Amino acid sequence: MDMKRDYYEDIRFLDSGFQVFWFIALLAALTVFPFLAGSYLTYTVNLMAINVIVALGLNLLVGYTGQISLGHAGFFAIGAYATLSLMSMAGLPFLLALPLGGLISAAFGFLLGLPALRLEGPYLAIATLGFGLTVTQILGRLHFLGGHMGLQAPPLNILGWEVTSDAGRYAVIMPICVLLTWALRNLTKTRVGRAFVALRDSDIAAECIGVNLTYYKTLAFAVSAFYTGLAGGLMVFVISFINPHTFNIMVSILFLAMVVVGGLGSILGSVMGAILITWLQIELSSITELPWIGPVLEQLSNQFFTVTGLPNVQFVVFGLIMVLIMIFEPLGLYGIWIRTKIYWKTWPF
Amino acid sequence: MLGQLIVSGISIGATYALVALAMVIIYKTSEVLNFAQGDMAMLSAFVAYLMLEEQGYGFAVSFTTALAFAFALGAFIEFAFLRRAKEPTLLGLIIITLGLEMVLYGLASWRWGSDQKDFPFPVSDFATHQIGGVIFSELNLVTLAAALGLMLLLFLFFRYTKVGIAMKATQQNLTVARIMGIRVNRILMLTWGISSVVGATAALLIAPTDTLDPNLMWTPQLKGFSAAVLGGMTSLGGAVAGGFILGVIENLFGGYVSVEFKSVVAFAVIVLILCVKPSGLFARHYVRKV
Repeated sequence: MDMKRDYYEDIRFLDSGFQVFWFIALLAALTVFPFLAGSYLTYTVNLMAINVIVALGLNLLVGYTGQISLGHAGFFAIGAYATLSLMSMAGLPFLLALPLGGLISAAFGFLLGLPALRLEGPYLAIATLGFGLTVTQILGRLHFLGGHMGLQAPPLNILGWEVTSDAGRYAVIMPICVLLTWALRNLTKTRVGRAFVALRDSDIAAECIGVNLTYYKTLAFAVSAFYTGLAGGLMVFVISFINPHTFNIMVSILFLAMVVVGGLGSILGSVMGAILITWLQIELSSITELPWIGPVLEQLSNQFFTVTGLPNVQFVVFGLIMVLIMIFEPLGLYGIWIRTKIYWKTWPF
Repeated sequence: MLGQLIVSGISIGATYALVALAMVIIYKTSEVLNFAQGDMAMLSAFVAYLMLEEQGYGFAVSFTTALAFAFALGAFIEFAFLRRAKEPTLLGLIIITLGLEMVLYGLASWRWGSDQKDFPFPVSDFATHQIGGVIFSELNLVTLAAALGLMLLLFLFFRYTKVGIAMKATQQNLTVARIMGIRVNRILMLTWGISSVVGATAALLIAPTDTLDPNLMWTPQLKGFSAAVLGGMTSLGGAVAGGFILGVIENLFGGYVSVEFKSVVAFAVIVLILCVKPSGLFARHYVRKV
């Protein structure tokens, strides 16, 4: 096994030539992807990239800092609405509106971080849950934001380049996603990231060695909300139409599921979790059209269930997958990955 | 006006209190936030519906079957899923219950579709009595009576029966309880069963005021959860008080300030109260050692 011998080895981005090779291969694959894939596949990958950003932000909060949040759909909504209204009402260009939307979301994150200073466990869960619900309720009542009817996304125009295709949106979203992943990975290796981890493991002990609790807890909420807000701002253009219902509590639950199923406190885990959950969500929504399984389900429905309710099978499958992953691998997909890696590294022992 | 609002607040609060009780019973023994609570109860209500409408049994038989089903479902979920989780974390357990919630929701809406059904009930929501200018519907009275009766039963159960005391022992310290010869696994299964029955009672009382569909328990569950947190998550009395407080506050807010924001005021109140008392109103603040 390779040991880290000094600090600079630990914070180095890529460890070995092997990793450099795969990293470059991944970047190359991501670059040529839109030229090879069809529009629908690109759309799917866009959604995945957005969910990866959210999962990263949420994992910083849940996995690294140890604060639970069931209200991230709220930040997602704030980012989306802020970006959209800054563009269509204030007339700001996209490149300015997106980070501003993220910052507005971060400001709300800071505010939610304040009560979170005193709460933990179920108490924090209910406070964040309440936040998420309240945001969508209030958005539904604000008539200048379209109320329950929602808003149409303005045309996406970046420095004179009109983005209309899925591949174009991919060219906007994917670099941001890669950049944010890289930034978060570096953040976790800095003083700030280590302070977050210290907070998670024991906040009293962390305070004793000089970690400013107030500062770092609210910072974690703010950074997490910033990531989620950015993702929300990008989401607007992928689905091109938003209303408060787009950000219901189910979305918060799915975000949390991404992080926990992927693996808490791991960047690779967040990416894997986000990809898996997004893929499941898309695949399962047309479960009856799957080969083999579809006809069997239909027959089952005729005998014991109703055919009209058949699409709801997706919830059953989805829920079961979540439950089974958590029961058999509490560390999530990242745990499976680590086990496989160790197996091959130490093979044949 | 004021009296009327308070009375209907208490009536709705009784159902919140029942859901809160169900959550607290489980949280105390196994530190699981059971998000599947609402849908376990919803499925039980659907079982009652199945017996009543599709099989044509009477109320007594149907409701008893539904409660028995609820007990079996709760015990089964503990046995089949929660017990199988190895080295569970708080979050992992939450994800498991959220997953179960999805499974139950999916099953119910697969079987019955998502259209809204009228849930028959022996007493009507429209037959009313007037006492001192305040109007009660018979359903309100039955809800209140059932809720209070069930709470009383639970308190007696936890105080005087052997099983109830064994449950309290398990709640306090699982390892020691096991050493003292209590079958902890069986107690946990029983706890889940009892909690599920309490939740199902709430669902049976909520269904006639609303229509029966798979989303039936979603809001009550969130409110019940809030009530439980308000009461301190570990105190049965606190959960009940939390439910009533929440119901009354919500109704007063709806009556005097704004109907539009009635459903979110609960959460605002929770956040404010938690800022002042981080462990809820009725729990001793518990400081973890380093």
